[in-house]
Amino acid sequence: MITIIDYGLGNVRAFLNLYKRLNIPVRTARTAEELEGSERVILPGVGAFDHAMELLDASGMRATLDRLVRAERVPVLGICVGMQMLAERSNEGERAGLAYIPGEVRRFTPPADLPLPLPHMGWNDARPVAGHPLFAQLEQLPRFYFLHSYYFACERADDVAAEADYGRTFACAVSAGNVHGVQFHPEKSHRWGERLLQNFASA
Amino acid sequence: MLRPRIIPCLLVHKGGLVKTTRFAEPKYVGDPLNAVKLFNEKEADELMVLDIDATREGALPDFTRIGRLAVECRMPLCYGGGVQSAEQASRIIALGVEKVALSAAAIERPTLLRDIAREIGSQSVVVVIDVRTRAGTSTVWTHNGTRDTGLLASRVAERAEAMGAGEIVINSIDRDGTMTGYDLALARQMRAATTLPLTILGGAGSLADIGALFSACGVVGAAAGSLFVFKGTYRAVLLNYPSAAQKDELGQCTLAIR
Repeated sequence: MITIIDYGLGNVRAFLNLYKRLNIPVRTARTAEELEGSERVILPGVGAFDHAMELLDASGMRATLDRLVRAERVPVLGICVGMQMLAERSNEGERAGLAYIPGEVRRFTPPADLPLPLPHMGWNDARPVAGHPLFAQLEQLPRFYFLHSYYFACERADDVAAEADYGRTFACAVSAGNVHGVQFHPEKSHRWGERLLQNFASA
Repeated sequence: MLRPRIIPCLLVHKGGLVKTTRFAEPKYVGDPLNAVKLFNEKEADELMVLDIDATREGALPDFTRIGRLAVECRMPLCYGGGVQSAEQASRIIALGVEKVALSAAAIERPTLLRDIAREIGSQSVVVVIDVRTRAGTSTVWTHNGTRDTGLLASRVAERAEAMGAGEIVINSIDRDGTMTGYDLALARQMRAATTLPLTILGGAGSLADIGALFSACGVVGAAAGSLFVFKGTYRAVLLNYPSAAQKDELGQCTLAIR
């Protein structure tokens, strides 16, 4: 059973629809009680970093999530800003992140000679680390839908699960033990995203 | 490497899908839900659905219909039509839509963009600018091209960016439904006017037209209505979309200006 954390941000419906289509049991959690006992957790997110952290704290689910992830080693997958929340901090805001994976979130700074539009919006290729289970059964360069202006700068190179390029090379997926995050939107990335979410369900 | 986006733009009128010519003569082309299913199968990059009745009739967005489309849609969905407030925009996002498009409301009340961006994030705020070009000057029209604002398109785009929009869609009224190619001069001018992601709509009649847009402007969104709903000289209704190989080829066109 997959639990989608519903704290008011992110396309919760899209995840529910996708897992239902795949016949994978899924539910949402809006309170600490509902989150309790989760076997796998998805943390969606869109918008500003501080706003997302504030809403997660206000939801009352933060302490339970911390315990599930840190003590009980429940697999968690952060999506977009949900991935950025896994970091220690973000240049976008003042609030501390969940600090499940060492690193900080930084804004893209397009080089002067290559004025790239921000946000980074559209389909881009990911280069997964060879054999990474999140990307199992996907081609060498699976493509995903991105929509963001900040990226996760990992402290440890080993935590990078996939890279992508937008003016610079950045971690578009991170993975450390039971904690995973993807910067793109697998819930809106056709068969590539569907496969990744299926992989998470069985990883 | 970021790929340029190729986006079917679907117009909703009286509950059905239509395609207009220069914003007039709506021709019925099918059912919105079926169209979403088909573009799922075609693995479209993104889908834009615009309700062309809501603003003109002063109606609210049809939340029930939006929800039904969003549930079905496996690609990013942008919805526009009748959005007047941050509360409505949030509600649309909560239904499972990625982006909310604004036009008249945002042009008349630019601060609305700031309010909405604060609520749903800039990345989900799209401003659709309907443009007519006369003697090389492009000005902005609202209410399905019936009201002239007298404002320059580039100025409106700059202001939208400053107020927190995350994407600009430029819709050429002159080219709408004509399938005579994009207005490349307008596209270049708008590319220079904003650093935001940009999507061009109006005029695409062939994949070559899309290639020409990518060659002229690099990685932008190429949106089209007629091209993806009609087939042949007699404009028979047949929903279609380029194959993965065709898209890869079109993507190469952006390299011209990298």
